Amino acid sequence: MAVKVRIPTPLRKLTEGKDEVTAEGTTVREVIDDLEKRYPGIKERICEEDGSIRKFVNLYVNDEDIRFKLNLDTELKEGDELSIIPAIAGGMC
Amino acid sequence: MDTRVAGADYRTRSGGVREAVGSVIDLVGNTPLVNIRNVTRDIPPGVEIYAKLEGYNPGGSVKDRPALKMIEDAEKAGRLTKDKIILDSTSGNTGIAYAWIGAHKGYRVELVVPGNVSEERKKMLSAYGAKVIFSDPLEGSDGAIRLCWKLYVDNPEKYCKLDQYNNPSNPLAHYETTGPEIIAQTEGRITHFVASIGTGGTIMGTGRRLKEFRKDIKVIAVEPDSPLHGLEGLKHMASSIVPGIYHEEELDDKIPADTEESYEMTRRLAKEEGILAGQSSGAALLGALRLARTLKEGLIVVMFPDGGDKYLSTRVWED
Ligand SMILES: Cc1ncc(COP(=O)(O)O)c(C=O)c1O
Repeated sequence: MAVKVRIPTPLRKLTEGKDEVTAEGTTVREVIDDLEKRYPGIKERICEEDGSIRKFVNLYVNDEDIRFKLNLDTELKEGDELSIIPAIAGGMC
Repeated sequence: MDTRVAGADYRTRSGGVREAVGSVIDLVGNTPLVNIRNVTRDIPPGVEIYAKLEGYNPGGSVKDRPALKMIEDAEKAGRLTKDKIILDSTSGNTGIAYAWIGAHKGYRVELVVPGNVSEERKKMLSAYGAKVIFSDPLEGSDGAIRLCWKLYVDNPEKYCKLDQYNNPSNPLAHYETTGPEIIAQTEGRITHFVASIGTGGTIMGTGRRLKEFRKDIKVIAVEPDSPLHGLEGLKHMASSIVPGIYHEEELDDKIPADTEESYEMTRRLAKEEGILAGQSSGAALLGALRLARTLKEGLIVVMFPDGGDKYLSTRVWED
């Protein structure tokens, strides 16, 4: 099942500059693994070595933070949108 | 995080009791310098590390210095008058500084900030009466910079755009205040200066002053080690719009900082030193410790740009 993934600026080097890509999966975890196949290197930016999400990265399904849902096991439906949002506002001064 | 008053033992403070001042503006700068002794236990005995606690500024950060200087220089040049609105892109400490200085002096302030800025930031900015305009969270700080330029270009006569990334008054504030304070506070003994980089104002201005004082003083920048990082206030230069005031060739060295390790150092600062600082202080100290281990002797001054209270809702404090 295909979902839309919105990519923040600091990761667009890995997605050929695209701010939005498509990936397959029924949970957030599967989508991240699929993203990694399409854009190698992206997973380690988002996840710790143990697979958990890095502290300074937030993932939203549509407008909801997955930490308040089932985290990586949060399910996705066709047409859902997953957004990868840096927890800090881009390192502004 | 002002702990100076309640129950303080004034004997321990050189200079004694602070004099009353005419305005909160007079409290900008002249921040404390403190010897860091606990987390530094394993460094060579001939090396000392001192931290400059910028959280003691009235707005709670190092950015009070450049914000005040940029505002005052714009006033002097006639660019900033009461009919103009102070405009800049900043979600961070510079925004807070513009907001309180603007409030004090009677200017309107508009700030462009990425939509993912924390709730306490938004509340702090509006507490001072600033108007906040949100840019796309996915575009980060560069998105806010671009939106801010668009607002300005659409209505140049309405605004005074202070542009901290390109405004020479930003480093100049540090050249005129931070640098001389450090020279005086270390009685000229400083050998290395370590600061993290956001606009680069701190490292450029302070560094220039220190090198003028003694050209063998080394100036070392600490930078996030990757484009997607969690170090509020800092820029990964290679993947960002490089600020016009930033001249990398003036630095002696750059040390990369990992976000998790910086968070850990920030937690250790609170738990072992009793200093609640922001994560960019943890990053800078990480760099200072790494540097210290390569030296036999020296006096390192490291900047702690702000306190930790603004970040309490972030995950920095989770072990
Ligand atoms: C928390 C924090 N640390 C470090 C910096 C970097 O300071 P500078 O812009 O002088 O490089 C900033 C900039 O605002 C900041 O807010």
